[in-house]
Amino acid sequence: MSKVKQDAASVAPSRRIRHSSVTFTIVNCALLVVFTLLIVVPVWNIVISSFSSSKALGRGVAFWPKEFSLDNYTYVLEDKTMWNALFISVAKTGVGVVCHTLFCALFAYPMSKAYLAGRKLYSAMGIVTMFFSGGMIPTFLLIKSLGLLNTFWVYIIPALFSYYDIIILMNFFRQIPDSLMESARIDGASEWRVFRSVVLPLSMPGVATIGLFHGVAQWNDFMTTKLYVNNEALYPLQMRLYDIIVQSQAATQNANMGHLVLDTTSRGVRLSTIIITVLPILVLYPFVQRYFISGSMAGAVKG
Amino acid sequence: MARRAGAVRYLHRRSMLRDGRGERSKVASGIRTSNNPIAGGGLISQWFSRFRHQWQLQVMIAPGILFMVVFNFIPIYGLVLAFKNYTVVDTIGDSPWVGLDNFRIILSDKYFWDSVWNTLGISSIKLILGFILPIILAVMIYEVPWGPFKKIVQTLTYLPHFFSWIILGGMMISWLSSNGLLNQILQIFGFQANTNYLLDAGKYWGIASLSDVWKEAGWGTILYLAVMSNIDPSLYEAAEMDGASKIQRIWHITLPEISGMVTLNLILSVSALFNSNLDQTLVLMNSQNQPKAEVINSYVYRMGLTQGDFSYATAVGLGVSVISVILLVATNLLSKRLNDNQSVL
Repeated sequence: MSKVKQDAASVAPSRRIRHSSVTFTIVNCALLVVFTLLIVVPVWNIVISSFSSSKALGRGVAFWPKEFSLDNYTYVLEDKTMWNALFISVAKTGVGVVCHTLFCALFAYPMSKAYLAGRKLYSAMGIVTMFFSGGMIPTFLLIKSLGLLNTFWVYIIPALFSYYDIIILMNFFRQIPDSLMESARIDGASEWRVFRSVVLPLSMPGVATIGLFHGVAQWNDFMTTKLYVNNEALYPLQMRLYDIIVQSQAATQNANMGHLVLDTTSRGVRLSTIIITVLPILVLYPFVQRYFISGSMAGAVKG
Repeated sequence: MARRAGAVRYLHRRSMLRDGRGERSKVASGIRTSNNPIAGGGLISQWFSRFRHQWQLQVMIAPGILFMVVFNFIPIYGLVLAFKNYTVVDTIGDSPWVGLDNFRIILSDKYFWDSVWNTLGISSIKLILGFILPIILAVMIYEVPWGPFKKIVQTLTYLPHFFSWIILGGMMISWLSSNGLLNQILQIFGFQANTNYLLDAGKYWGIASLSDVWKEAGWGTILYLAVMSNIDPSLYEAAEMDGASKIQRIWHITLPEISGMVTLNLILSVSALFNSNLDQTLVLMNSQNQPKAEVINSYVYRMGLTQGDFSYATAVGLGVSVISVILLVATNLLSKRLNDNQSVL
């Protein structure tokens, strides 16, 4: 009975619903625009501030550059230590990505085989590493006793292994048909050869995902330097930036406590250093975004 | 045919190389081994012969095992420091045992309890907002009918996830300074605003937690959106036929469909209640906001690496991670009970 009534009246409510759903969509999109602006405007503010003269920065810059100037950038780029820091950052990211990806893939390939002897034990060990760690102090003492303090390799070696990345890679490796690997073996290929010539080339999307994630982590990492390195020649950009920030914070506090120290020059320098440090991510990110998204889902489905 | 020819070639090459042991090395590659368990011998010797035949795979896995032992398990053993009195001249092995002394000192350490209080304060705000906002955002993005707009919103809101805390911290110091963006905007609306917010300890919890939410809210939508993309569209069509409004469809279809992921995230964020962000704290903390900014991690850092009290700092770290594990297990049990005995972990 009521069904018939509904059918008869179905035209009117559906129009009403369509009307209300248009309103919903407009409000929804407007709120999303507001949220997106909450992210974009502050970042934009940093970009334009870095192009403003120090005098304008002292008075405050909001949405548009005031007294456009490149002084902040020329100051930073004339600094030899900045170029050294840039070199360290690039080197540790490049070397780190290659070593980490190969190391993890090398572990993930045998682990992707169900018949691997000892596989249960190995994966239990791996899962333990995901949930338990010795924490800051025991790890520091280990790094110290291994003689890795104040070496470039402290950026690379402790970061070689990540069981989370290995789980993602194992999922990619399992999708390769066994017949391909088998035929390579029949042709006399060793396991190493199968890994290098069949498995790695066929799972490039997975390998690229891991590489990108690790690349961002290496580029952004400052804690390793803070904890294990005090030789300024080995400082990457992030640590350089941290030093600049801490120094200028100290200056602001002094100013606040009555000593008049105006640090607006260093504020411009700080901002241009921020932009230089974040630039590689800003430039590359739109092109590689889909790898990040698929990677974060691949990890979650399993992990 | 081709396969057989290949096999013959393979055997031939093997026998040439391995001095007539071709037949045996046939089992060297895994699959056949698992299909043809070697006859005779007990389980253990069978396992060992399997191991021997896969020596190539085992060699490939060895570096990773070595890494885990050195970089993960030795530091876990290093946790015994918490029960010792370690000084820089000792090795971990021969420093004297002190039992629970370090933990006893912790209980009466005012600065430790301050750091716990700050960690909990910041984490609770983070837990509530950082848990709810991604769900709302994901639903909103999911409801956008126009692809390119969706894409732009996603791209821009994911972006801050890729900023390091040093970069974001540097930006925040600029935004929150006395003539920074926040004060500029407040002045546009006619307020007299020229405080430096980071020098005001009372505002630190809000600043620390909101900035974390700002950074991660967009990225947090990814998993929800992935689950939503698997929802059967016919559910929505049926609901529309029955005259359900948009809000009703979200409430009765979208939210129940993502409830598993919601519970999982809730458990993970509750168990992260005692986690503190050392990167963030090291950038944003200064001598004036320190009473409200010192969190557990930065306290461990200060006690251990700056002041050299390794045993005490290890004890603090260990105590807090034990509490975190208990929280994880407890929330998982609770959600199991609420969720018809289905564990989401």
